[in-house]
Amino acid sequence: MARSFLSPACLFSALVLSLLPGLAAAQEKPYFVTYSHDLEEPGNVEVETKTALAQPPGSHRYGATASELEYGVRAWWTSEIYLDGQTTAQESTILTGFRLENRFRPLMREHVINPVIYVEFENITGADKTLLEVVGHDGQSDLAEPNSDTRQEHEHEAELKLILSSNLKAWNISENFIAEKNLGHEPWEFGYALGAARPLRTLGSGKPCMFCLEKFTAGAEAYGGLGDTDSLTLHNTSHYIAPIVGWQLPFGRFSFSTGFGLNSNSLDRVYRIGWASELPQVGSWFRSSKGGTR
Amino acid sequence: MIARTQKFLGYICLTISFSLLLCAATSSRWDRIPEKDHARVNPLAAHSEAVAAGALIYRDHCAQCHRSDASGDGHKKPALRSERIRSATDGDIEWFLRQGDLRHGMPSWSNLPEAKRWQLVAYLRSIQ
Repeated sequence: MARSFLSPACLFSALVLSLLPGLAAAQEKPYFVTYSHDLEEPGNVEVETKTALAQPPGSHRYGATASELEYGVRAWWTSEIYLDGQTTAQESTILTGFRLENRFRPLMREHVINPVIYVEFENITGADKTLLEVVGHDGQSDLAEPNSDTRQEHEHEAELKLILSSNLKAWNISENFIAEKNLGHEPWEFGYALGAARPLRTLGSGKPCMFCLEKFTAGAEAYGGLGDTDSLTLHNTSHYIAPIVGWQLPFGRFSFSTGFGLNSNSLDRVYRIGWASELPQVGSWFRSSKGGTR
Repeated sequence: MIARTQKFLGYICLTISFSLLLCAATSSRWDRIPEKDHARVNPLAAHSEAVAAGALIYRDHCAQCHRSDASGDGHKKPALRSERIRSATDGDIEWFLRQGDLRHGMPSWSNLPEAKRWQLVAYLRSIQ
């Protein structure tokens, strides 16, 4: 049964990760839904997968993976592409679409609260279950419908986020305000995501280690829908709270969370597993081939 | 008509706000370091492990751009064994690590705990 959760996107990501040499540890926070103001270092490419495992009541277990390539275009601009897929037990394994995303830091200096503008285009089907955001009246009933029905629904969506993020002492505290619009004449939908995380030890140990406390980050995130322009409300929306833990390894970052649904419209549990690795200074590979510096 | 005017005014306000936001963005240069940051002294300078810990932080975060020997690339990623670093105070370096210089390609390292930034300062001092 466990094998059915290995979607093609997950296998592809594992293959890429195992083949690529020179991987480095990714540095961003271990959030799954919330964004902080950490952007990709310019010239670096981050390869990341985020997998959500859940079972809606009265339906089959599923595993949905978002595989992501993230590039630091500038120190203030990060661009990403996602490929989403899912496997639902006793149903099917399908690709559910792609997302193009850009994040910009409009202020060039570090402030107490640092804004980031997030712009995304999604071309996904109704079968997408990655839960990368929860907006509008999204609920567990959407995730319980069979793949054969939901894969026929094509959604072209624009998503805007205002990310506000602070690094206070060793804590990161982030708030995201989400507005999503299905470009096919549907109302704007709104949502939120909040996160706080902190390394378990703030002082570097001076010796290479894998299990020392400084390699672990712990925190929590909360996210949910806020209705739409027709009914800006908490009624008939879903909300989650999820403790998270991140483990910094020499060649990547492993992260895990268990999300708990906070009302009857939410899934009881959502387990999330993430892996991220960085390819440092990919941009300079191309510059060096033209005779530039590397 | 009124709705259209309100929409137009909304766009104008949005444009002005965004322009103001961009104008407010000022570059983080060494010469703009606040006096109180300039005067700060590395609280971990006397810690025996600070240099070794800073070396590991440098390897994980800085070497990919500034090279493992801190020689830089001779272009946008400057050498860190330099007169500029030697003449800077501990506070200047910590401030610059925290702020970065986004406009010129240097990320902000505010996501590193402050103690680790001071360990990095100790390491950078040790290689001059």
